Amino acid sequence: MPGAAVNETLSQYSDWSFTTATAIYVLALVFFLIEQSFGAKGRSAAERTRERARALVGAGGPDTTESVTPPAENPAARATRGRAERIGRMGASLTVLGVLLHFAALVMRGLATHRVPWGNMYEYIMAVTFIAVVTWLVVIRKFPARHLSGFLLLPVVILMFVGGTLLYSVAAPVQPALQSYWLVIHVSAAATSSGIFLVPGVASIFFLIRTAHERNPARFARFGSRLPSADVLDRIAYRTTVFAFPLFTFGILCGAVWAEAAWGRFWGWDPKETTAFVAWVVYAAYLHSRATAGWRGTRAAVINTLGFAVTVFNLFFVNLVTTGLHSYAGVG
Amino acid sequence: MTTTEAPAEAPRPKGYRNSPARRVLAFLRNTWRGLTAMRTALILLFLLALAALPGALLPQRTLNAPKTAQYIADHGWWGTLLDRLQFFDVYSSVWFSAIYLLLMISLIGCLLPRSFEYVKTMRAKPVLTPRRLSRLPHFRTATTPRGADEVLAAARARLKGWRSIERVESDGSRSISAERGYLRETGNLIFHFGLLGLILAFALGKMYTYEGQVIVQANGSQFCNSGVYAYDSFTPGLRVDGTDLEPFCVKVNDFSAEFTDAGQPIQYKSNVQYQAGADLQSGTWHDYLLEVNSPLRLAGDRVYLLGNGYSPIFTITWPDGTTRTQAIQWRPTDGTATLNEGATKFDPPNVPDPFQRRTKQLAITGLFAPDGLVHGGVLTGGGPVMTNPMVAIDVMRGDLGLDSGQSQSIFSIDQSMVDDGRLTRVARSNLDVGQSVTLDDGTVVRFDGAQRYVSLQISHDPTQDAVLGFAIAMLLGLGLSLLIKRRRLWVRVVPGGEAGTGTVVEVGGLARTDQAGYGEEFTRIAEELLTGTDRKKR
Repeated sequence: MPGAAVNETLSQYSDWSFTTATAIYVLALVFFLIEQSFGAKGRSAAERTRERARALVGAGGPDTTESVTPPAENPAARATRGRAERIGRMGASLTVLGVLLHFAALVMRGLATHRVPWGNMYEYIMAVTFIAVVTWLVVIRKFPARHLSGFLLLPVVILMFVGGTLLYSVAAPVQPALQSYWLVIHVSAAATSSGIFLVPGVASIFFLIRTAHERNPARFARFGSRLPSADVLDRIAYRTTVFAFPLFTFGILCGAVWAEAAWGRFWGWDPKETTAFVAWVVYAAYLHSRATAGWRGTRAAVINTLGFAVTVFNLFFVNLVTTGLHSYAGVG
Repeated sequence: MTTTEAPAEAPRPKGYRNSPARRVLAFLRNTWRGLTAMRTALILLFLLALAALPGALLPQRTLNAPKTAQYIADHGWWGTLLDRLQFFDVYSSVWFSAIYLLLMISLIGCLLPRSFEYVKTMRAKPVLTPRRLSRLPHFRTATTPRGADEVLAAARARLKGWRSIERVESDGSRSISAERGYLRETGNLIFHFGLLGLILAFALGKMYTYEGQVIVQANGSQFCNSGVYAYDSFTPGLRVDGTDLEPFCVKVNDFSAEFTDAGQPIQYKSNVQYQAGADLQSGTWHDYLLEVNSPLRLAGDRVYLLGNGYSPIFTITWPDGTTRTQAIQWRPTDGTATLNEGATKFDPPNVPDPFQRRTKQLAITGLFAPDGLVHGGVLTGGGPVMTNPMVAIDVMRGDLGLDSGQSQSIFSIDQSMVDDGRLTRVARSNLDVGQSVTLDDGTVVRFDGAQRYVSLQISHDPTQDAVLGFAIAMLLGLGLSLLIKRRRLWVRVVPGGEAGTGTVVEVGGLARTDQAGYGEEFTRIAEELLTGTDRKKR
């Protein structure tokens, strides 16, 4: 592994692939925003979503096709689907194309450098955003939330833009401390869980908007009515969090094992470790809040949003501003 | 953790005497209830998260003492105030400890009743079948031509793996009550007990741990873990006094580094030999290749390769002919070792009088470049690999301040001595290997090249394996408790439908966990039970 030359052609292709994926996401974002804004208008859309939501309650496992009675869609509703919906579908297809290119960028970067493609901040962001989009694609297969894709792609595109411009670093081998198989395990667990946490973060913000709208229809009058029901948003947030939280725990655990081998102690309150701990505690609080009378719903959503804020803070502030043992950003 | 609120206090019976003892008891009981309520636990979790944050934002004394001192000095009264409030020692501060202690009490207070409840549940039979299954969130019913016995037998077969019981109800109908997903609570308890164990093991570790750093020249020099004096810096746990360390010795034979063309390091390794335990008597040495990410693990202690650098070698020949050679570690001026700075300090020989000696001490300070290039009289470094070692040095003479009683850095001279005029520069020169500079009194300072040194860390933590064990238990428990769904299912058969023939079968279901997504599974099972088909056989 050490000393192997970097394949510059491949890394160049990876960069192009990454840029193209970003551009395609932007296009898909525009499509989704069109669907969201002009889609089958207001109430009827919300009505249909609610109907579908009821039919899909508990679409948990992969075998959702069996015996679920298809939502009773009358032909009239089908007719109103119209252009906006078609544009939304095109957006989804574009997103899938973007994800494929995104994946290709990751793979080629890895092949070019002969190591896993998450050794600096640019690559890490590439991996996190990839996971976020994949998770979202899985979510919209199960929940009627496709028209909200734009709002997930927005942070993804911003992250990818920042990663590709400000934080870009040339493909290179990593320093000795990073040359361990734990780089594969620890960082992939961290990147995957952070990527998934993006989804409940966005869903929880929507949940807050939706409940505010339900309490007082004058608030977010236009936007709120187009959101899926609060129940669906809550379920998206909960399911994804429940999936990501053990993974995140696993990531921290592997980090501790690696730190013991590399730095001489398994836990040392390094800024990154501290912030990961804070995020872990916040998500633990989210899970507990759902079992506490008076804390379900709005408060839980606020906590989940907070957890996502800590995750983003951990990615940017801790890597770029503070100096600690995790300063591998490869920036500057 | 307890999810229900404590019941409201019953109205006081007449003749209740509010004696002090009772009041104390009531106070204790209410405190305990308050502390172990879920709401309190949530607030404590938040406080813990909030209290941990300053540790990421402010410099911490345990991680970087000089930076902390600098921060306090830079921020005036604000820095002092933060220091008084222990913001630079967050994780050993009174308030942080208070929060996690309270949280631990809260945790125990939740776990105890929950464990008893758990044992009770594991022994209990599934609950009675509700009278009206149709009121449950999941309900299906149908009339089937099959007999009651046949339906129940099929149900029993289908509900294999469920904990179930068959009952005959007061109205003569028969029902099966089944429940599944008990592992959820098991996982939950394992997770929380694991957490408790982890915290205790972590705290215990803080008592008996120690960590020390030492620089060893990579020329066959030895380090022996015989006492605190052998270390350059030493951080003991609360119950470690530095005596009674596990004895072992490490001999550092060489060090090598590999770099990319851009000067980025990609590999560090050092051939060492060690002896521990019985080897110390027999004098046997074992070989080990010490690398980053691959510490030397001895019984109780671990040896890490944390850093490295160059020690330039200087030889001084005094006018009376005595020579002394020293190789003292210099430190990199930036991340790579392209340029290094330091101070090599000499005492003059044969000067017994301390006052005399303090006018004649020598220090060589300046820059060392392993791949040096002098351009316009300025030394620059071409890379971290030793191809053309050069130094640009100032030779200082006078009082180094070594006898002042104050500790000083090995990498620099005491600037206050220079400011006082007690230490003056007597020569400045750029030297290649073998070149020398002669001082006004005839003393010759010669640069003899450089050698590698490594910086080792020795860590001792007797509880870290226990911490790992508890952490793995937590992870497994967490997986079980989040992924397994607890759900109930009831089947009731009433012979004779409306037509008087066949059997009415009712199936009801209830998920006992939040957002469990039980609908799918319920629909499937209910359909099989109602129609008598078995999907697996199809």
